[in-house]
Amino acid sequence: MVSHTLEPVAAAAEAKVAAPPVAYRLARRTRKLIGLAVLLVGWQILASHGELGSQTPTPGEVAVAAWELIRSGVLQENIAVSVVRVAKGLAIGLTAGLGLGLLAGFSKLGEDIVDAPVQALRMLPAVALAPIFLIWFGLGDLSKVALISFAPMFPLYLNVLAGIRGVDDRLVESARSCGVGTWGLIRRVILPGALPQILVGLRQSLGVAWIVLVVAEQTATTSGLGVIINDAKEFLQIDVMFVVVVVYALLGLGTDALVRLLERRLLSWRRGYAGV
Amino acid sequence: MTNSVQVRRAGRHFKDHVVLKDVDLDIAPGEFVALIGQSGSGKSTLLRAIAGLDPEATGDYAKPDRHAIVFQEHRLLPWSRVWRNVTLGLTGTDLRQRALRALSEVGLTAHADAYPGTLSGGESQRVALARALVRTPGLLLLDEPFGALDALTRLKAQALVAQLWAEHQPAVLLVTHDVEEALLLADRVLLLADGHIAESYDVDLPRPRQIGHPRFVALRRQLLAGLGVAETEEEL
Ligand SMILES: Nc1ncnc2c1ncn2[C@@H]1O[C@H](COP(=O)(O)OP(=O)(O)O)[C@@H](O)[C@H]1O
Ligand SMILES: [Mg+2]
Repeated sequence: MVSHTLEPVAAAAEAKVAAPPVAYRLARRTRKLIGLAVLLVGWQILASHGELGSQTPTPGEVAVAAWELIRSGVLQENIAVSVVRVAKGLAIGLTAGLGLGLLAGFSKLGEDIVDAPVQALRMLPAVALAPIFLIWFGLGDLSKVALISFAPMFPLYLNVLAGIRGVDDRLVESARSCGVGTWGLIRRVILPGALPQILVGLRQSLGVAWIVLVVAEQTATTSGLGVIINDAKEFLQIDVMFVVVVVYALLGLGTDALVRLLERRLLSWRRGYAGV
Repeated sequence: MTNSVQVRRAGRHFKDHVVLKDVDLDIAPGEFVALIGQSGSGKSTLLRAIAGLDPEATGDYAKPDRHAIVFQEHRLLPWSRVWRNVTLGLTGTDLRQRALRALSEVGLTAHADAYPGTLSGGESQRVALARALVRTPGLLLLDEPFGALDALTRLKAQALVAQLWAEHQPAVLLVTHDVEEALLLADRVLLLADGHIAESYDVDLPRPRQIGHPRFVALRRQLLAGLGVAETEEEL
């Protein structure tokens, strides 16, 4: 009992978590490519046997078409235009989504004012908005950037708000009892607590941005990936259409990898179930 | 003010459920007071009111500016390293040094850079103790801090608290439902029942306390009777 002299429990030297061996990391990286490889091989086999319709090119033919587009510089130029559009749209949309989410999350007044209009607007489909945005913002780049900034706002907003609501109130209370002020509470408790959910929202928003890009570049465009696909449609260059589809897929993969990197860096403290 | 803590007419109700009514409570500087009471009797509610965490509690609360609280759950921020949890809310230079000093008092210096998720329950609770100690509190509020620990770890944690209290001499208010824990640690045991302090017992036993001491046994019987538990029942 209390009469025992207390030996402060000798703390075992903290075992540094060893980085997984190189071989293991390589194996996982290879495994991650297997799914994609199966997809490609399947496509090659089915297309070369005419199982996907007589018009569908094989991956090989698509690669040849892509090489032509790259050599003439058409592909890079238009990808660059589209990427810049998405970047601008995301810069606006993510800022707005995060800002509105924080506002609604931190203050009941903010939530009361912000939430209803956001919920109403988020149901509007981009396809229906595209012509309206053309009327409002003109035929230039602005209407496209506006459309791309609109849609990604909502996944982020919803997840920021849900993330903040999910922060354990007891942690907030104990931080306050430690003398943490409002700003410290936001920075040390609420934002980190909401972060896993916020990153889920970010991932969804980035995906949505690429989808809306396709819609935005369907009409009144002279540059961008949408132009390549529209022209190809015009001249029935099916292999070129597939090149653009593959580019969309790769850009999607790239953005997802970016968020994964963020998650690994920011959520290293987490001890969630990682799967077997 | 001669008392470290002076509570007058503390009150709190949820809707029409009155939990606290007219609670008066004094704690002398350096005094160790245990608060016992049945589950749901309002012990935590009173503690939160004293800590200033409950804006809806009524009454007068005088307490040292420097006070700290340890809850039943450790409530460490899982995304902050142990030492950053210890200094949460503090400003100034050499925060890390101060954290390390506090962590050495609870024997956890080696875990300073770990995340709380890697600690055991007892270790986490000791970090929470270090977080309280680093503030050099004049008043230490403990809300069943050992309730979730296994028996052996609980004994060690109780001994640690006794040792730290003897060294730093803060006034302590320990909420517990464990009668023996109260008698091992406290100078005085208060019984909370029906929304007020129903009984006060002076624990006139020399330290370190022995569970087998006849006076200990007698007090234990008294406290259990106050809680409405017959002793044989408790021993089953
Ligand atoms: N936020 C709350 N809303 C409604 N009732 C509450 C709330 N907090 C505590 N209570 C009630 O107050 C009573 C006392 O709770 P508490 O102080 O936690 O008890 P103890 O710590 O003694 O077990 C309980 O009946 C509980 O249901
Ligand atoms: Mg309680």
